[in-house]
Amino acid sequence: MKDANLELYKKMYLIRATEEKIRQCYPDNEIKTPVHLAMGEEAIAAGVCYALGPTDQVFATYRNHGVYLAMTNETDRFFAELYGKQTGLSKGKAGSMHIMSPDENLLGTSAIVASMIPVAVGAALTNQYKNNKRSVAVFFGDGAVDEGVFWESLNFACLRQLPIIFVYENNQYAINSHVSTRHGYRSLAGIVSRFDCPVFQSDTTDAEAIYHLTKNALRLQARSAKPVFIHLQYYRYLEHVGVNYDFEFGHRDKKEYQKWWKIDPVGLQRKKLLRFGLKDKELIKIEAGILNRIEASVRSAKQAPPANPNELRSDVYYE
Amino acid sequence: MSCAATFTMNKKHTITYREAINLAIAQEMRRDKNVFLYGLDVTDHKRIFGSTKGLLEEFGPKRCFATPLSEDAMTGVGVGAALTGLKPIFVHIRTDFLFLCLNQIANVISSYRYLSGGRVKIPLVIRAIMGRGWGQGAQHSKSIHALLAHLPGIKVVMPTQPADAKGLLVSAIRDANPVIVLEHRWLYDTIGIVPEDENFAIPIGEPHRLRQGKDLTIVATSWMNIEALQAADIMQKKQGVSMEIIDSRSISPLNYDLIYQSVRKTGHLIVTDYDWLYCGFAAEVVARVTEKCFSELKSPVSRIGFAPTPTPTARSLEDAFYPNAISIIKLVEQKLKLPKTNLSGETFYSYENKFKGPF
Ligand SMILES: Cc1ncc(C[n+]2csc(CCOP(=O)(O)OP(=O)(O)O)c2C)c(N)n1
Repeated sequence: MKDANLELYKKMYLIRATEEKIRQCYPDNEIKTPVHLAMGEEAIAAGVCYALGPTDQVFATYRNHGVYLAMTNETDRFFAELYGKQTGLSKGKAGSMHIMSPDENLLGTSAIVASMIPVAVGAALTNQYKNNKRSVAVFFGDGAVDEGVFWESLNFACLRQLPIIFVYENNQYAINSHVSTRHGYRSLAGIVSRFDCPVFQSDTTDAEAIYHLTKNALRLQARSAKPVFIHLQYYRYLEHVGVNYDFEFGHRDKKEYQKWWKIDPVGLQRKKLLRFGLKDKELIKIEAGILNRIEASVRSAKQAPPANPNELRSDVYYE
Repeated sequence: MSCAATFTMNKKHTITYREAINLAIAQEMRRDKNVFLYGLDVTDHKRIFGSTKGLLEEFGPKRCFATPLSEDAMTGVGVGAALTGLKPIFVHIRTDFLFLCLNQIANVISSYRYLSGGRVKIPLVIRAIMGRGWGQGAQHSKSIHALLAHLPGIKVVMPTQPADAKGLLVSAIRDANPVIVLEHRWLYDTIGIVPEDENFAIPIGEPHRLRQGKDLTIVATSWMNIEALQAADIMQKKQGVSMEIIDSRSISPLNYDLIYQSVRKTGHLIVTDYDWLYCGFAAEVVARVTEKCFSELKSPVSRIGFAPTPTPTARSLEDAFYPNAISIIKLVEQKLKLPKTNLSGETFYSYENKFKGPF
C-alpha cells in the first residue's frame, strides 16, 4: 500500500498546489473565469478517481479542478483554459466551470447544479447496453440532492440496475446555505439505502480509506450489477466561488474550519508517508517537482495567444 | 406616467438600479401583506447583489425566505400560492436557472387562467438576472426573453433604467398576471433619478424614448440601450447624425406605436437586441415594422445581436460574441452610407473598470 499512498499523495499535492497557485494569481485579474476551489476536498477526488479502472468514466461539477487533475495529471492545457487561451482544453470556450477531458474519461462538468447526474446515468446505460464492464462515477454535492432530477436519476438507475457510482460530497453548504435549512429529512444515506442501491458511508479525510471504500463499492458493483451510492464528507475551506476565506460574514464558524484543518487530507497523507518510512527530503523533492511543473504551466499559459476570435463560431455543430 | 430617470452622474436624488429594485419590493411588501419573496440565497449576506437587502430584517422569515435548490417545484409552489391569494416574488440569481422552471412556466402558468375560462388568476412575479463577463460562459449568461415572450399568458419586462427597474417591478407585483422581470447584472451599478413615491409605477407594455433623433431609429433591449446611447452620442458628435433610441422596456405585451412613429419619421431601423437573433425579439420587431411601415422605409430593416454560438468564456471570444457601441456605429455608417467614423479619443465600456469576478 506504500506505492498507492504515495500516488494518492502526489495527486492531492498536485490539486492543492494548483489551487494555491490559482489563489496567488487570481488577484492579477488575468484568470477571468469564476473559480470554485475545493481545498479540503482533495481526498475524495484523489481517492475515488485512483480507485476507478482505466476505462471507467467520470462526470463532475463546476468544482472540478481536483477531479480533473486526479484523472489527467495535466496542468498545461488546464491553466491555458483558465487564462482564456487558444491552447486551453476547450480553446477558451469553457473556462473553469466546464473543464472536461473526454479522452481521459472525464466526460463532462456543468455549472447547472445536478445537471450531470442524469447524464452520467445515461453513460451507465450505454455501458450496460454494450456490456463492456465499465463503471461511471458522478460527483455532486449536498445542494444537488435538493433537485428533483437527482431523485429521478437515482430511481431510474436503481430500476434498471445501471452500473453507476453516485459520489455524494457533503460539505454542508450550498453557496452559503446550510444543509439543515434545505433538507427536510434526517438521513440521506438512510433514504437512499431504501432504494435498490447499497450505500457506503464515511466521513474520513483519509484518501487511502476513500480509495478502499471506492474499491469495495466497485467490487460489489461488479458482483451485483447494481448502482452504488458513496456518501462522503469534507469541509470547503474557502468561499463558494473565488479565492478567499469567508468566515467574517458569519454564516460559517471559523471553529468548524479549524476542526477540519486538523485532519486536512493533504497533511494527513504526508504524515502517513513519513510514518511509512519515506524521508522528508524525498517528499520535498517530489513536491518541488510538482510545483515546478505548475509554475511552468502558468508561465506558458500566460505567454500563449488569447483564444482566437476567428474560432468563435467553430465547434457549435459537428461538421 | 413617464419617468425622469437618466444616466447622468448627478448624485442628487439618484439611486442605483439595485436600490431601485430593493425599494420597489420593500414598498410593495409594506403596502400589501400578501406579497412575499423567496428563492435561493435571497437571505444570505450577499442578498442577490444587494437587491433583497433588509427584507428579512423588516418582514421576517415568513415573508422572505431561502429555499432548497428546487427550481421546478418552487415555481409550482409559487403558482399554488398565487392561485390561492398570495403574491409571490420568486428570485433567481441567473436567468439560466429559469430553464429548470420551464415546465411550470410553459405548461402550467402560461395556460392556467385560459384553461379556467377566466375563473382564476396567477399574480406571480419571477425575477431573474442576466450574467455577463468574467467568463460567465454558456450556462450563466442567457437572456431568454424571446423564448419566454413566445408563450401566451405571460408578461415579460426588461428594465434598463433605475426608474424602470422600480416602476416596472411595482407594476409586475400589482399585476394579476404572471410577470417575468429580467435584470442585467451590469445595470446594477447604474444610477438614475427614481421617484420615491409609492404610487410611482411604469405601465407594462409601453416602450420609452431614451433619446430624440431624426435620422435613424434604434430599438434596444436591456444593456444594448447603454451601448446604443454611446453610439448615438459619438455619431452626433463625429458625423452629425441624429439617432433616436427607444428602450422597449417590455417584451410582451408591447405597444409598437412609438416604434412605428419613429420609423415613419427616420425611415431607418436597427434593432439591437440583447439575445441571439434567430427567431428572436429583434425578428418580431422588424417583422411588425415591415408590415406597418414598409413604404416609409429608406433602407432594409437591420438587426444586431449575439453571435449564433453558446456564450464563450475567454475575454477575446466574449468580445467577438457580444455586439457593442462600435458594432452599432458600423451598421449606422453602412445604412446611412457614411464615411468611417473617427473613433480615436473615444473610450468604450470595459466591465473590468466596474466589475471584477468571480461574479
Ligand atoms: C440549477 C441551479 N440552481 C442554482 C445554481 C446556483 N448555484 C451554483 S452552485 C450552488 C450550490 C450547490 O451546492 P452543492 O451541490 O452542495 O455543491 P458545492 O458547491 O458545495 O460543491 C448553487 C445554488 C445553479 N448553478 N444551478
